[in-house]
Amino acid sequence: MTQQDALFEYLLRLGDTSLALGHRLSEWCGHAPELEEDVALTNLALDLVGHARMLLTYAGEVEGKGRDEDRLAYHRDVFDYRNHLMVEQPNRDFGHTIARQFLHDAWALELYERLTSSTDANLAGIAAKAVKEKRYHLRHSAEWVVRLGDGTDVSHAKMADAFDRLWRFTPEMFEADEVERTLAAAGIAPDPDSLRPAWEARVDGVLAEATLPARPAVVGQTGGRSGRHGEHLGYLLAEMQYLQRAYPGATW
Amino acid sequence: MARNEWPLFEVFIRPKNGLSHKHVGSLHAADPRMALENARDVYTRRGEGVSIWVVPAAAISASEPGDKESFFEPADDKVYRHPTFYDIPDDVKNI
Repeated sequence: MTQQDALFEYLLRLGDTSLALGHRLSEWCGHAPELEEDVALTNLALDLVGHARMLLTYAGEVEGKGRDEDRLAYHRDVFDYRNHLMVEQPNRDFGHTIARQFLHDAWALELYERLTSSTDANLAGIAAKAVKEKRYHLRHSAEWVVRLGDGTDVSHAKMADAFDRLWRFTPEMFEADEVERTLAAAGIAPDPDSLRPAWEARVDGVLAEATLPARPAVVGQTGGRSGRHGEHLGYLLAEMQYLQRAYPGATW
Repeated sequence: MARNEWPLFEVFIRPKNGLSHKHVGSLHAADPRMALENARDVYTRRGEGVSIWVVPAAAISASEPGDKESFFEPADDKVYRHPTFYDIPDDVKNI
């Protein structure tokens, strides 16, 4: 695998993960439990879509076949998407969205911090921009994990249930194949497994403060990074891509 | 269903260093910490500020509309309180 192929694939993995999660958050628009939180969640959604735009634009340049961000976002099907399985999981209650966001944010912040010193100047630049927003995302989601975990009996039970549903998707964030190994050797991206200690420390600290059950050892369900997705991503893409599929090139 | 609203906070934003905080609106939040984050999300999305204050609305004492006469009208006929008798150099701004 050439470095160029690896970088293209890696940018899709990051970009698609941001895009799918951003879309899930956008589904809260008009439905969040409080007006203020509604604005907050859509802010996060827009930040994530913004990261996806930068990553997919760069992916298109690296690939060199003339595909731009829209082409990559709207004209690939499920098996060509490379996002983590966790972020395509459908929204349940607010607590589940917060737990999913928190587990992702704790990983993404660590990753982007490391990517700011990437030997690839473009990727380092994208990371430098994203890292500031990820700091706020993690602050926001961690705050809610504590509030809900250490809140009422009902909110505590819902948060515990949400984490139970999500743990199995977390190991995928730390997996490496030839793509990550090629980039790690070139100093372009960190070895994913090296992000794990900081992620575990962040997650464990917040769970303890939230009086939630400790993180269990899990065997992960993986595949999203190589295009093997669950049944939910197809519906997400159908909604997200509809307009560009029905009216290719439409603008407004 | 009976529902307890979160308390109301008033939000003040400083648009840039050197200017003072200005009231921009209000929001609901469970506590000051959440109020700050909500204010960040609701009122600074377009780069409106460099600093935020949030104050519980209940902590603000306000003048009453009925006090208008005794509070404000006495100032109306005291022109000597306005520095209008001085020549102000053209170069001096913001007076």
